[in-house]
Amino acid sequence: MKHLKALGSLLFFVLVASSPLLAQGAAEAAVNPVKASLYKLALIVGGAIITLTAAAGAFCQAKAISSACEGISRNPGAASHIRFLLIFGLVLIETLVIYALLITIIIVLIQWGNYA
Amino acid sequence: MEELEHSLYIVELFNKIFGKPVVALLGLLGIEPKHPESPIPDYIVMCIMVAAFLIVVFGLASRRLSIIPSGRQSVLEIIVQMFESILTDIIGEQGKKYLPMIGTIGLFIFSANMLGFVPGFMSPTSKLNVTAGCALAVFVYYHWQGMKAQGALKYLKHFTGPIPALAPLMLPIEIISHFSRPVSLSLRLFGNIFAEKLLIVIIASVMPFVLPLPFMAVGIFTAIIQAFVFVLLACIYIAGAVAHEGEHS
Repeated sequence: MKHLKALGSLLFFVLVASSPLLAQGAAEAAVNPVKASLYKLALIVGGAIITLTAAAGAFCQAKAISSACEGISRNPGAASHIRFLLIFGLVLIETLVIYALLITIIIVLIQWGNYA
Repeated sequence: MEELEHSLYIVELFNKIFGKPVVALLGLLGIEPKHPESPIPDYIVMCIMVAAFLIVVFGLASRRLSIIPSGRQSVLEIIVQMFESILTDIIGEQGKKYLPMIGTIGLFIFSANMLGFVPGFMSPTSKLNVTAGCALAVFVYYHWQGMKAQGALKYLKHFTGPIPALAPLMLPIEIISHFSRPVSLSLRLFGNIFAEKLLIVIIASVMPFVLPLPFMAVGIFTAIIQAFVFVLLACIYIAGAVAHEGEHS
């Protein structure tokens, strides 16, 4: 029983360690060198969009949450109303981030310039 | 995206059973399906699953109601009361008559979001077609209810704003803002669920054993919040449509 446990945990850790290796091995597509710079630019723009949006969205959400906390601590009786408005506002901010995320996914997955 | 998706067994089973009749039916209408061997896409199968689940759970549970609720009945009553309290908070006392639509949409989206966590299934809301359908249903419904509550002419006059001189300016703005509502509703839900699914796939490709679990927990939270937000926005749109002129200033 004890051996079985040790063997099981060994197998688990081997699988955990080898999983990134197993995921590799996809054939590398031949990139047209003329279009390669376009492809790189598309990747950089996609990364930059989601980075900027995440930073801006996080800042705005932090501001909304901190003022909601202040409001609740000053007047705990209004907590349910403030929480409702907080969730509503957070969702509206988050929607804009999600739009940028969708655009990023489109830019990165379309692989503009990777294909002729 | 195609290589990330594999066909689900349930979808294959559905296509084996219903594929030929559907192809024949579409042929009668003159439509040629893109993949004749599997004409029913996966999200439609999953929508049928969600609908069947809701019909079984809620339809059969509403038989044999008693004044003293049993365990199952009191759980369902809590769900109904939750929707009722959202409606009365936002629209007011007369908001209870919109409960069937709002409750159905909320339960459908919630179950559809949660279906993605069952192995062998996927969330139908991670396809834009399904969320756009829900958003269009809400769009048509709140205009219809607004016209019913205020009369068609008075409701259309509502778009021109309070001052008649500013009507040519207000009319395009109002029309654009109303048409951006279903777009934002559908894209928000689709983006959240799709991004969650994509995140889990990416994390699972890094380390498939334990690491996706916390992200799945976050995904359950997202599913609840997004269903709530969809219901909330639908209620706010209905409240804006059925409110009379004097009240909402």
